[in-house]
This record gives sequence, structure tokens and C-alpha cells, in this order.
Amino acid sequence: MSNDKPHHMPTWFDVLRREIKQSTGVVIDADRAASVASRLSPLARDHGFPDIAQLCLAMMGPRRAQIHRAVVDAMMINETSFFRDRLPFDEFRCKIMPQLLAARAASRSLRIWSAACATGQEAYSLAMMFDEDARLFSGWSIEILATDVSQSAIETARAGVYNQFQVQRGLPVSQLLRYFTRANDTWTIAEHMKSRVRFEQRNILENGPSTGSFDVICCRNLMYYFDSEGKKALLKRLHEALAPDGFLLLGATETPLGVSDEFAVSSHHPWLSARKLDRAQSQIMRPQLRLVRG
Amino acid sequence: MKRILIVDDSLVIRKVARRILEGMHFEIVEAENGQAALDVCALAMPDGILLDWNMPVMDGLQFLRELRRQPAGGAPKVIFCTTENDVAHIARAVNAGADEYIMKPFDREIMQSKFREIGLC
Repeated sequence: MSNDKPHHMPTWFDVLRREIKQSTGVVIDADRAASVASRLSPLARDHGFPDIAQLCLAMMGPRRAQIHRAVVDAMMINETSFFRDRLPFDEFRCKIMPQLLAARAASRSLRIWSAACATGQEAYSLAMMFDEDARLFSGWSIEILATDVSQSAIETARAGVYNQFQVQRGLPVSQLLRYFTRANDTWTIAEHMKSRVRFEQRNILENGPSTGSFDVICCRNLMYYFDSEGKKALLKRLHEALAPDGFLLLGATETPLGVSDEFAVSSHHPWLSARKLDRAQSQIMRPQLRLVRG
Repeated sequence: MKRILIVDDSLVIRKVARRILEGMHFEIVEAENGQAALDVCALAMPDGILLDWNMPVMDGLQFLRELRRQPAGGAPKVIFCTTENDVAHIARAVNAGADEYIMKPFDREIMQSKFREIGLC
């Protein structure tokens, strides 16, 4: 007589949740099967599968790479807007920029990473800010890298073409006129803005950019979708990628507090933090958090 | 409570805009063309104006130019709200003194974004 307990066969939803979490860190809530099914049904049909179960099984089959990418693209939430929430951009311009101007006066070089950039509005918002403050940064090298796990989101971002609704959310009319041209009911960002941002399809947890070199990382509204283990891994990765005196901006409801003690969090804005300096670094650099306040 | 004047010859648009703006805690007054809007402004200048372009009697652009000529006419923030959605129209509106521009059709999120942009909420 076997003592084995009844074996639970994984459903398509179990497979999907496991695959998405492993590859992106994003946790799909267990009660979302119905909404996920409606999102994936067209994809299953487009790829010639009779149902979603076959599509999800194919994520582990011979066409793994192609199907996996298509499912990840379909599952990612690309909700974003120009100057989203506005306040982080005001803080960037009024508090972070002046500090970086002073701290990087010798190298005259800045590296910004818009992580989980979705369709690119955040990265272009930063590019517009730097363009408007071009006088301050004359002769500087400003690199803006924008990455997302979704290939289709990155392709949209690279094209820089937005519809009428997208250019009216968060984007002042003065910047619409200055940086966009209109054709066939869509608005395309100017070539000189496109050339300021480098878009790359990357998974932060697997193949993020090189470590320890970004002066500012914006990773807004991604951590929210991770479980506590994923949040720790994400913050560890961002900490590694951040310069010793660099800044991290998270989403409005996100904070390193209670997840990582490697960041000095602003007392005014829990979503804004500076990388904590270790003892050796603190002897040669001023603590940044004090300057962030107020 | 800040007061917003909705100027549009379409009763439907005025109703939809009123519902959204009342939800944002504004007091609403309405006018159905530019001339009627000038009459409202002569009685009491609103804090903000949501302004259609194409209207009978007096269009939105004429109204804006008249408004900005008046002694207190520089004060209200003006958001054009129109189906004229090409660059030339937008530029003309801004040059005439519009603070923001909404291309119809709009939704609640766009309305909130634009009123936030001009500092009225």
C-alpha cells in the first residue's frame, strides 16, 4: 500500500504563475485566473493553440523562448504616463539635480536608469527635463538608459509614438508643442529626444545593466507586484547598480523601509532614498539624506 | 471652493464636464458661447475657464482675446477643450493666452491632469 499523499496536478494557472515569477519576479495573485484567462485567450488563438492550457504548457516546450516572451509581454502592466505623479520629477529637478551638479562637477557625467520603463514616458520625461535645463549641463555627458522586460513595450518606447490620450496625461501643452509632432492622430517625440534615451529589453533580476554606476535609478511601480522575497532581491539588485552616493526613486506606494536597510529613506517621501554609504565611503563623501530633506 | 466656467454650445459636453469637475470639488457656472461667457466674467471672474473653440455668436479664441484685454482678465486660468487638435490650433490658443489644452474626446483622468497642471487642484 502506498503512503503517498494525493498528488496535486499543476493547472495552467499554476504553470503560468510559476513561470512569470521565475522570469520577472512579478507575483500574480491566486484569485486572478479569470482575468488572466481573458487577457491570454487572444494570444493562445494567435499562436494556434486550442486553449490557454496548451499555451502555458508551451512555455516549457520547444518553442519556449518565443512563447515565453509573448506571454510575458501580454501579462506585463504597461500603465504609465508622462511626468507620472509629478512630485518625483519636481524633487528630481529641485533637490537631486543640484546635488548631482555639485557631486559630479569633476567628471561632468551623469547616468540615469529608468528601470521597468514600460512604454517610455518616464524616460522621455527625464530627457525633457534635462533638455530644459541644458544650460546647467552644458558640456556634460547625460546618459539615460531605459529598460523593460517586455519587448513590445520597448519597441513602442523606441518608436516614441503616442496616441492623443497618452500625450494628454501629465504632459503640459508647452512640452507637447516643443517636443512632439503630430501625424495621423498620433504624436511622435522629436528625434533629438529619442537620441537622448537608450532603450533595451532587459530583465532587472536576470540581466540588468552593469553594477555600481548609476547616479539615479527610477524603478517606480514595479516593487508593488513582487512578494517580500522578490522585493528584497529587487532592492539588492538596485543597490548594486546604484553609485555609492546615488538616489533611488520608487513608486508612490513603495519604500525600502522594512525591506532593506541599505538605503537612507527621506523623512518627507518614503519613495525617495539615497544609497547608504559604508564607513569607508562616508569618510570621503557627505551623507546625502540630510540634503534630501527640507 | 474654486469656481470654474464651462463654455460650450453643446449641452451634453457641459453636462459631462460639470459632472467631472463637480467631482473634483469645483463650483460650476456655464455659458453656451463666448459672448455669454464674457457676461458671466463681467459679473464675477471665475478661477478657471474650460473653453470650447467653435461656438455660435462668439468663438472661443475671440472670447479669450477679449478676456485677456480686460483689467482682471489675466487672472483666470483657461483650458481650451476642443476637437481642433492640430498643432496650428494649439499654438494659436497658447499664443492668445490659453494655459492648457484638451483635445476632445476627454476623460476624467485627462481633465484631472490638466487642472492639476494649471494649479487649480
